[in-house]
Amino acid sequence: MISGFSWLRWSGIIFKEFIQLKRDRLTFAMVVGIPIMQLTLFGYAINSDPKNLPSAALIADHGPFGRAVLQGLDNSDYFRIVREISDAADADRLLAEGDVQFVVTIPGDFDRKLARGERPALFIEADATDPSATGNALAAVAGIVRASLARDLQGTLGRLAPLSDPVDIRVHRRYNPEGVTSFNIVPGLIGTILTMTMILLTGLAMTRERERGTFENLLATPALPIEVMTGKIVPYILIGLIQVSLLIAAAYFIFNVPMVGSLALLYLSVLIFIAANLTLGITFSSIARNQLQAMQMTFFFFLPSILLSGFMFPFRGMPQWAQWVGSIFPLTHFLRIVRGIMLKGNTFAELWPNLWPILAFISVVIALGLLVYRKTLD
Amino acid sequence: MDPGPAVDVRGLNKYFGKKHVVRDLSLQVRRGEIFGFLGPNGSGKTTSIRLLCGLLTPDSGSGTCLGFDIARETAAIKREVGYMTQRFSLWEDLTIRENLEFVSRMYGMKNRSRAVSEALENLGLSSRQGQLAGTLSGGWKQRLSLASCMLHNPHLLLLDEPTAGVDPRARRDFWDHINELAGSGITVLVSTHYMDEAERCHRLAYIAYGRLLVSGTSEEVIGSQALAGYEVTGPDLPRYAALLRGLPFPVQVTAFGATLHVVGSDSTALNDLAQRMKKEDSHDWKPISPGLEDVFISLMEKAEEDIT
Ligand SMILES: Nc1ncnc2c1ncn2[C@@H]1O[C@H](COP(=O)(O)OP(=O)(O)OP(=O)(O)O)[C@@H](O)[C@H]1O
Ligand SMILES: [Mg+2]
Repeated sequence: MISGFSWLRWSGIIFKEFIQLKRDRLTFAMVVGIPIMQLTLFGYAINSDPKNLPSAALIADHGPFGRAVLQGLDNSDYFRIVREISDAADADRLLAEGDVQFVVTIPGDFDRKLARGERPALFIEADATDPSATGNALAAVAGIVRASLARDLQGTLGRLAPLSDPVDIRVHRRYNPEGVTSFNIVPGLIGTILTMTMILLTGLAMTRERERGTFENLLATPALPIEVMTGKIVPYILIGLIQVSLLIAAAYFIFNVPMVGSLALLYLSVLIFIAANLTLGITFSSIARNQLQAMQMTFFFFLPSILLSGFMFPFRGMPQWAQWVGSIFPLTHFLRIVRGIMLKGNTFAELWPNLWPILAFISVVIALGLLVYRKTLD
Repeated sequence: MDPGPAVDVRGLNKYFGKKHVVRDLSLQVRRGEIFGFLGPNGSGKTTSIRLLCGLLTPDSGSGTCLGFDIARETAAIKREVGYMTQRFSLWEDLTIRENLEFVSRMYGMKNRSRAVSEALENLGLSSRQGQLAGTLSGGWKQRLSLASCMLHNPHLLLLDEPTAGVDPRARRDFWDHINELAGSGITVLVSTHYMDEAERCHRLAYIAYGRLLVSGTSEEVIGSQALAGYEVTGPDLPRYAALLRGLPFPVQVTAFGATLHVVGSDSTALNDLAQRMKKEDSHDWKPISPGLEDVFISLMEKAEEDIT
C-alpha cells in the first residue's frame, strides 16, 4: 500500500485542508476560543473528598507510639499504608511517580521524645499537585493522631494526655506548596481541550467530505487511503500544538504555574497524546455516516474520559471499577504526565509508566481504524 | 493490435442491503464511441457507473475497464478514467482555480499550472478563477466539474448526467466537444435523460429496475420494439385522449401541443383502430414513426408489469 505513496498528492491534500481551515471561521474560532473559554471557566475547581489514599511509611523508630500513629492513620478513612520503606530516596521516587499520595515519616527517637513530653515531629509529605485530592486528608491528620495516641497516653503516661497536641505535625505539600488549584486545573485543561478539539476536528474532517459528496470525487482520483488519512491529520497536529502553546503560555504567565521539568519532554508527550486523539478521530470518522454521528461519538468518548481521568474528580476518590475504566483513557495518563513534568520535573523514565498505556491505545485504535476504513462507497 | 473494448463487463450484480440494484449487467463499450446510458430515476445508472470505475465493488460478476480488472486493478483504472459525478462533488469552499489545481495534484500531472490555466481559458472562467466554487450557478458548476474530470486527459470518460441544468447553447458546445474527443479516440459513456442527447450517441443502453433491457444504435433500439404510432389532430383532444386510454389494448397517449401521439406495441390492433377511426369520427389519424422516447416509455411500462 505504501509503495505508490506520492508526496505530491500528500502535500496537495495537506494544502487543501489548510485552505479549507482558513476559510472555516467557526472552526478557527473554536480552536482558539475553546482554550480561552475553558481556562476562565475552570478557574473554579470542583472539590471532592477522596478516601483511602495510598501512603508509604518511612519508619526510623519502630517503637509502640509510632506504630499506634501509623495504625491510627491506616484505620482512618483517608489513609491506607501500602508500603513501609526505610530510605528517603524511595520516598521521593514513590511521590514523583505518583505511586503514593503521602509519605508519613516517624523520625528517630519518636517514642522517647513523646514519653518525655517533648512534642516530637511527625512528617507528612503530600503530593499536592491536585490539592482537592489531599486537602481533606491533611485536615484530618491532627485529629487522627491525637485519637490514636490518646489510649496509650492515658495509663502510665496519663499526665501527658491533657496536652492538646502531643506531636508536632509537619506537613510538606510537595510540588504545589500553597495548594493552588489552578496548578492542577491548567495541566488538566491542556489534556481535555486537546481531547475535545482533536477528536472532533478530525472526526468532522472526513465525514464532511462524505456528507458533501466530495469524498466520491476524492475516491475517484488515484489518491491512496493512507495519503488521505495522514494528509488530513497533519494540519490538526499543528493546531494542537498551537493550542498547547497558548495554554502553556497562559499557565505560566497568567496563572503562574511553575514549569519545573523539560519543555521538550512536555512537547514530546503532547505529540504522542495528539496522535492518540487524531487516530481515534479518524477512526470515528470512518465509522460515522455523517457529521452528526461523528460528533456524537466524540462526546460519548469525551464525557467519560473527563469524568474518569482524574480531571473532574481526584482519581483515587473513585471506586475501583471506575479507576480501571479510567485507566483506558489516554487523558488519564496524559494528566499525570503533564502534572509530572510541569510541577514535579519528572524525567522520561519516571513518565514511562504513563506513556506506554497511551502508545498501546494508539496501536489498538490504528488497527481498528484500518479495519473499518472504507475504500469504496459501499 | 486491437486493444479490446473500453468497457467489457459481464453479469455484474450489486445489492444495497436486500435491495437488488444492478442485476446481471453485461455491457460492452467500444473504444472511441459515445455510449448513452438511459433509464428512469432509480434504475441503477449511477450505481453501474460507480461499479465500472471501482468506487463500488460488485457482489458478483467481473469485467474490465480499459483492460484493467474492475475488482482488482482499481488504482490503474482511476488514473485513466475521468469520472464526473451526478451531484456536484468539487469543494465548494475552494476557489475555481484551487479546485482544478487540487485535482491536477491528485493525478500527479506535470505542468499543472499551465494545464489549469488552459482549462480555465476553455471554460471561459479565467476572469472568475478566484471565485469560490460554491457560489457558481448550477449550470456553471456542471461545466466546472466537466472541465475538472477531463483535466488529466483520461482515455475513458464516465459522465453521470453531465448536462443536467445546463443551457442549450452550453449543451451544444459540450456535445461538440464530446464528439471531438471521441474522434480523437477517447471513449465516452454518458448517462442522460435527454432524448436529443440519446440520439447523438453512437450506441445506447436502456436500463430499468437494475436490468439492461436493450442496447444498440438508436435505430436498432427503435426497431427492436416494433411500435406503431399515429399523430392525431381534431377537436376536444383531452376528452379524446381519455377515451383512447380506456382501450382494451395498451397504448401510450401523449399530448404534443395541438396534437396527440398515440403509440402502441400491438401494431395490428392499433392499425385497425386507426382505419376505423378515420372513417367514423372527425379526427385525423396520420401514421408517424415512433421515436426513442416512445420506445423508452413503452419499455419502462413493460418492465413495471414484469416486476409487479
Ligand atoms: N449507497 C446506497 N445505499 C443504499 N441504496 C442505494 C445507494 N445508492 C443507491 N441506492 C439505491 O439504488 C437504486 C439505484 O440508484 P442509482 O443512483 O444508481 O439510480 P440512477 O439510475 O442513477 O437514478 P437517477 O436517474 O435518479 O440518477 C436506487 O433505488 C437507490 O435508492
Ligand atoms: Mg444517477
